[in-house]
Amino acid sequence: MAASDTTMAAADRASTRERAADYLLRRHRFRAAEALPWLFAIAVFFVFPDRMTFGSQVLVMVMFALSLDLILGYAGIVTLGHAAFFGVGAYTVGLLAARLQWTEPISGLFAAAIVAAIVGFITGWFLLRYRGLTLLMLTLATAIMLQETGNLRSDISGGYDGLPGLTFKPLLGIFDYDLYGHTYYLYALAVLAVVFYFVRRIVYSPFGQALTGIRENVRRMHAIGSPVHWRLVTVYTIAAAIAGVAGALFTQTNAYVTLTVFDFDNSAKVMVMLILGGTGRLYGAFVGATVYMVLEDYFSKLSPTFWQFGIGLVLVLAVLFARRGVLGLFESMGQYIAERKKS
Amino acid sequence: MRIIGWLGLAALAFTVGGTAQAETVKVGVVLPFSGANADLGHQIDKAFDLYVKLHAKDIAPNTVEIIKRDEGPPTGAVAKTVATELITNDKVQILTGFVFSPSAIALAPVVTQAKVPMVIANAGTAWITNLSPYIARLSFSMWHHGYPMGAYAFKSIGCKTAALAYTDFPPGKDSTEAFKTGFEKAGGKVTESIPMGSPVQVPDFTPFFQKIKDAKPDCMYVFIPSGAHAAGVMKTYGELGMRKAGVKLIGPMDLIPDNKLQDMGDAAIGTVVMGNYAVDLNNAENKAFNAEWHKAYGKDSYPDFMSAAGWDTMHAIFDAIKKLNGKVDDGAKVIDAMKGWTANGPRGKVTIDAATRDIVQDENAMEVIRKPDGKLGVKVLGTTKAVKDECKELKVGRCGS
Repeated sequence: MAASDTTMAAADRASTRERAADYLLRRHRFRAAEALPWLFAIAVFFVFPDRMTFGSQVLVMVMFALSLDLILGYAGIVTLGHAAFFGVGAYTVGLLAARLQWTEPISGLFAAAIVAAIVGFITGWFLLRYRGLTLLMLTLATAIMLQETGNLRSDISGGYDGLPGLTFKPLLGIFDYDLYGHTYYLYALAVLAVVFYFVRRIVYSPFGQALTGIRENVRRMHAIGSPVHWRLVTVYTIAAAIAGVAGALFTQTNAYVTLTVFDFDNSAKVMVMLILGGTGRLYGAFVGATVYMVLEDYFSKLSPTFWQFGIGLVLVLAVLFARRGVLGLFESMGQYIAERKKS
Repeated sequence: MRIIGWLGLAALAFTVGGTAQAETVKVGVVLPFSGANADLGHQIDKAFDLYVKLHAKDIAPNTVEIIKRDEGPPTGAVAKTVATELITNDKVQILTGFVFSPSAIALAPVVTQAKVPMVIANAGTAWITNLSPYIARLSFSMWHHGYPMGAYAFKSIGCKTAALAYTDFPPGKDSTEAFKTGFEKAGGKVTESIPMGSPVQVPDFTPFFQKIKDAKPDCMYVFIPSGAHAAGVMKTYGELGMRKAGVKLIGPMDLIPDNKLQDMGDAAIGTVVMGNYAVDLNNAENKAFNAEWHKAYGKDSYPDFMSAAGWDTMHAIFDAIKKLNGKVDDGAKVIDAMKGWTANGPRGKVTIDAATRDIVQDENAMEVIRKPDGKLGVKVLGTTKAVKDECKELKVGRCGS
């Protein structure tokens, strides 16, 4: 009796394990629809060849929003200072180019990722003991402190006038910067693809599941012995590194950087984009950043004076009718249609 | 029948020839039209529109097509994106506007590469014109006001010692550096230099000013971004009774923005500022400019130094179009046409220095007074003629490269 109980339990455990593994694998598998944003990005390249400067800016913001999704959408860390890491990455590349004449773009990205990760690790280790409003204030303060440090040493950072006229070596030694921004669009797209693959791996790994657990119920995660603090610090560091890469791309595509990259505006805007697209669903960053920036561009051309009203209206409507973002809205609509068909 | 055919062909040739001669010049205007700084953009934009409206006939049969885009916040990134697209997508031949220095700095490599002239109507960081041979500036640099104020304060206002107080961002640092250079050259002594926080919020000026009051210098040179900061400076200066204590308030004209002056009250009277424009400036062009402005925008709307610069900017662009008869595809020729350009505008005589492509203009020392009608206004105490950007003349810091 007792013996059969244990075997039953063991078999049960084995099948639970199998099911969990199966579940993870299923989620991890690429779906056909996931090719859409990439095909779209490539199509844009051929349809709007004159608008690639803008296109590169969108891709940079997508990457920035993606890094925020990792900590806000998956781990539930609410931050108002994510621009700190974007700025650190931006300045790493800028200072390397302006002060040390290190102008190779790809190694610059790695340098930015490393420096931003170090800053992310140190601040994260310290700040992630706190939650809620305290954390909001402290992350905000981090960005402001970095900005003020830059202003204090404007002999090095260039202050609010920035580091002008940065030049970078041709990509891979072949492709040079062009006025139309074609090179940098494809470059940004390639970097985004690599970063995205990496983020996707993380999200669907057991580590990613643990993060979702922390977001949903932190006490329970403590109770089952999950090292909550270190998991949060780890993901915060990774997100910081990715934001740093986004910042580095920003500097490289603009060939210019000023202290305004640390602005509260920058932190807030990326959060609005992510929420508009939908948090915790990877592609929310793509949809949110693209929709926000295209609307901004379109409205500001339509009326250079009153365009912010248009953006405001869209955001209000999103809050009222699409709380889970544009992707959430699609999902709800899909479910609704499916249920209608069933009945 | 045959003759009619020939006539028709001739007529066709004539019309084709006629349209080929009248060019439409595409001018891209990049100014902040939204957010906290929209006011600044509109002050320049109104001057642009007014000039185009009144002087369209000057370039006939050629015409201009103005395409406006929002410059956004002072980050450089937005302005760079929209201006690059104006070049690549809308094919503009001349770019103008630019309130914020970062916008102009970010765009410099783009206009060099695209060979499109960029005619700056405001952005004041001194070394901008060094960044590209395609940049010309019609506004000012921080040195235009600050440097002559140094000598003037020592010789005419009687400042032997002066304290400096400034908002801690590039224009503030530039302006105080310019004043200090001019002041020390004349023989004055700077007692202390106090940074007063970021431009984002208006600080409580009391601790900074109290410290200066205790040190009792003859004068206090203050740089702040115009607007709400200026009102705060005047309020604190009055409350601390600093004028009675013998500390005179001087600065660039940003201290007395026209739209805030009436609210400043008695505290402002006696303040001496250096600047290139005031509504009260007494010259024929300025009177005509003001009259046209009121006619177009109502009697309660006033132009300011940005509008005056905007007017001269469009004037320079129109003269270049006229000189080249609308053939402005070669950006280098447009810039060449502007080198050495000179005209009388609302600010008096203005010239584009052929060597630096920066403006040369008169600087006026102006004292705040109460006018007979009870309103506050300014009186010109003295004029320094044909002031160049001394930062580049003296090769200070980045201006030297």
